[in-house]
Amino acid sequence: MKIYDLIIIGAGPAGITASVYAARKKLDFLVISLDIGGQTAWSGDIENYTGYQFISGPELTQKFEEHMRKYGIALKENEEVLGFKKTNEIFLVKTNKADYQAYSLIIASGKKSRELGVPGEKEFKNHGLTYCATCDGPLFAGKVVAVIGGGNSALDAALQLMKIAKQTYIINNTDRLTGDAVMLQKIQEAGNVTILNNHQVSAVLGDKFVRAIKIKHKDQEKELAVEGVFVEIGLIPNSGFLKDIEKNSRNEININLDNQTNIPGIFAAGDVTNVLEKQIIIAAGEGAKAALSAFRYLSQKKF
Amino acid sequence: MAQSVKVYSTSTCPWCMRVKQFLKENNIEFQNLDVSGDQLAADEMMAKTGQMGVPVLDIDGEIIIGFDKEKIKLALGL
Repeated sequence: MKIYDLIIIGAGPAGITASVYAARKKLDFLVISLDIGGQTAWSGDIENYTGYQFISGPELTQKFEEHMRKYGIALKENEEVLGFKKTNEIFLVKTNKADYQAYSLIIASGKKSRELGVPGEKEFKNHGLTYCATCDGPLFAGKVVAVIGGGNSALDAALQLMKIAKQTYIINNTDRLTGDAVMLQKIQEAGNVTILNNHQVSAVLGDKFVRAIKIKHKDQEKELAVEGVFVEIGLIPNSGFLKDIEKNSRNEININLDNQTNIPGIFAAGDVTNVLEKQIIIAAGEGAKAALSAFRYLSQKKF
Repeated sequence: MAQSVKVYSTSTCPWCMRVKQFLKENNIEFQNLDVSGDQLAADEMMAKTGQMGVPVLDIDGEIIIGFDKEKIKLALGL
């Protein structure tokens, strides 16, 4: 089996930037990813990526992809890495489709939406329950919907939905919402958004599609008739497939200043790591650093 | 062979953009139905698939949910 210099796992801002740097160092490498753009692809308006005063998430993703394609990079799309094994400084990477080998790895697998973990959630996914208000919101025009969560992403979803849906409920399990004051004010002024603090969702109900959710408040349970459920309760790192890598209590991969993990030859970058700030521009910069570190590692090892 | 290809999409969903880009790259003509602005198209999509996720492709009656490149290629004979 062929042995690559490097395999990059993930093609969000971190993975794509790493791939551009690796290509410019003329490394023989492969990118494996479930999708292109990661969370950037799902983002609404971006106003803090230097060079673009304003750009939408899908547009920035397209720019990233064009930049990567320019170098003719070998990309395995729609492919999921299941795990890896290290033998004699060579990594064997297993995906749902094939096996690959490399002398080094960059993990840039990002984060995904946290699930509610209540009955009905899996059954009604794409049947009225969704994790992406930007994508699926327009399908709920004139309907009654619920946003689950109390942070910025929940407020962002509510802001989009209040313009589309007839009525939006925000179901928050703490005593108040924690998002930006500006967003909160817009929501409070909207007139068609009801905030239910200290409420927990205990089930999603329906037939072919969502018809209601069960919510609990101080031991009292009741049904709320809704046709759409938008789950916005934060993100978790895509690090479950990595067994021997050191992670912090939030399951983020621990890295040092040079993006090295505890395993020599494995580097990590972006939102999957313990780097405090989760921003597109930071993930991109971390991807560049990881690629340069991997290049240095390969040179020193003379692979 | 002329095929009838319909794409049910919303303007904001990234996978919809990728599906359309893929079809364009392969010179496949298609009809784009924006289910966010067109309730009839939304109902049609939900009736065909029993679900609300986009994109959905209808290739000569064969329904494909999501950007499943392999299935799409097979259905189009690429």
